[in-house]
Amino acid sequence: MGRFPGFGLQGMRALVTGASRGIGRAAAEAMAEAGAHVVLAARAKEDLDEAVAGIRAGGGSAEALVLDVTDTEAVRGAVAATGPFDALFNNAGINRPLPFLEVDEATYDDLYGVNVRAAFFVAQAVAKGMVDAGRGGVIVNTSSQMGVVGGPNRAVYCGTKHAVEGMTKAMAVELAPLGIRVVTVGPTFVETALAAKAFATPEARAGIVSRIPMGRPATVEEVAQTVVFLCSPAAAMVTGTHLLVDGGWTAQ
Amino acid sequence: MAVAGSETRFPTTPSFRLDGQKALVTGASKGIGRAIAIAYAEAGADVVLAARSLPEMEATVDGLARKGLKARAFALDVTDREAVRAMVAKHGPFDILLNNAGTNIREPFLEAKDASVDALIDLNIRAAFTVAQAVAQGMVSAGRRGAIVNLSSVNGHVAGINRSVYTATKHALEGLTKAMAAELGPHGIRVNAICPTFIETPLTAGVLSDEAFMARAVRAIPLGRIGQVEDIMGAAVFLAAPASGLISGASLLIDGGMCCL
Repeated sequence: MGRFPGFGLQGMRALVTGASRGIGRAAAEAMAEAGAHVVLAARAKEDLDEAVAGIRAGGGSAEALVLDVTDTEAVRGAVAATGPFDALFNNAGINRPLPFLEVDEATYDDLYGVNVRAAFFVAQAVAKGMVDAGRGGVIVNTSSQMGVVGGPNRAVYCGTKHAVEGMTKAMAVELAPLGIRVVTVGPTFVETALAAKAFATPEARAGIVSRIPMGRPATVEEVAQTVVFLCSPAAAMVTGTHLLVDGGWTAQ
Repeated sequence: MAVAGSETRFPTTPSFRLDGQKALVTGASKGIGRAIAIAYAEAGADVVLAARSLPEMEATVDGLARKGLKARAFALDVTDREAVRAMVAKHGPFDILLNNAGTNIREPFLEAKDASVDALIDLNIRAAFTVAQAVAQGMVSAGRRGAIVNLSSVNGHVAGINRSVYTATKHALEGLTKAMAAELGPHGIRVNAICPTFIETPLTAGVLSDEAFMARAVRAIPLGRIGQVEDIMGAAVFLAAPASGLISGASLLIDGGMCCL
């Protein structure tokens, strides 16, 4: 009979960026619950400390790492000091919806700076650590359904997430011989602070939900469990692809 | 909304378990179908195995029973529409369908026979449609939510040499998955596809015993190995479980990076 590969992350060291709230925090909590030691990285120390305390209270293992992912030197130093890691949830990201015709350079630079440039160099630093330590690993990049389709007021965000999809495939090809898998998780609108503005009015919310056949946005816990699955031995042959958590948005 | 304040709670982890759920697995006599039937039973589901050949499935059911797991086997030709509908009516309603029965006949496009075209379309598309429709009708009639996992292939995304008919059928299955996800979402039914690369099974034993073919296949997979049924089991459980509660219309490649190249 086949041996069922588990969804457990026991014995793994995981780094989660953007871990102070929303998807990152829920994923850090779920990964800790699945058995990993989780390093939660973000700028907001108080939120990180609270999340780490919660994980420890639940019997999990975690530590906080105050880090601005756009500071590449700080990223390299922090990864060297706290790594090597077996898993990276490369999640720090921002959005600032604006009509294409009104996008300013600062918005463009900020979104590409965090969503693409910082994601690239965090992944590079963590992957170098995996290779130097002679261990394989898994990198899950946070993409979006907007990494696959377009959306109004999202010319910059969609560009960054399509870039993440492309970067993921190229990293998967290069890192596969080194035993490192690279995938993305692509949520639809999720109930987070980042998406709060999108859900600001009942009409706006209804407009979004009407595009989701399952009839509701995603929860952070559902995205978090998808990350656990993708990091686990159960997904050992999954690399270079995305797993959309979009309730059918992109299917139609 | 997970605004400040509500984020201080410790979230409940949606489960990877299938306890209390009833699952139908077609093509369950061997290979991927058999492995996933075992995985579903181990995850707590009550599993109904269906395929044409009963003896192999009975051996699987016996093996599961020895581990204290629930499963039953029924002989079923999924291309027989009336038999499919009667079987689903009698043993359903189901919460989970692994829509797996399928086959391949490798022939160059210029030489593909009418009989091969008809047989592959009949089994890989028409029967998959009928089984999914019958199971989904049962779910809706019973007022229960559910999850349907269609067994597609990397050939649902890219072409394979000497696989023109197979490639066409798997692309059709990808389209069916999206259309079902769009229509069944409002009923609380999720529909997804799993797309494996070459997996060592009885279906692929012939081609993979050809050393030159095997070498080419491994070169085409960045992770550098052929897949095993264990590589599919976890994905099939995940996509059936509450943990994937908002994944629908998705197509999960399990290909070691093959489609990146």
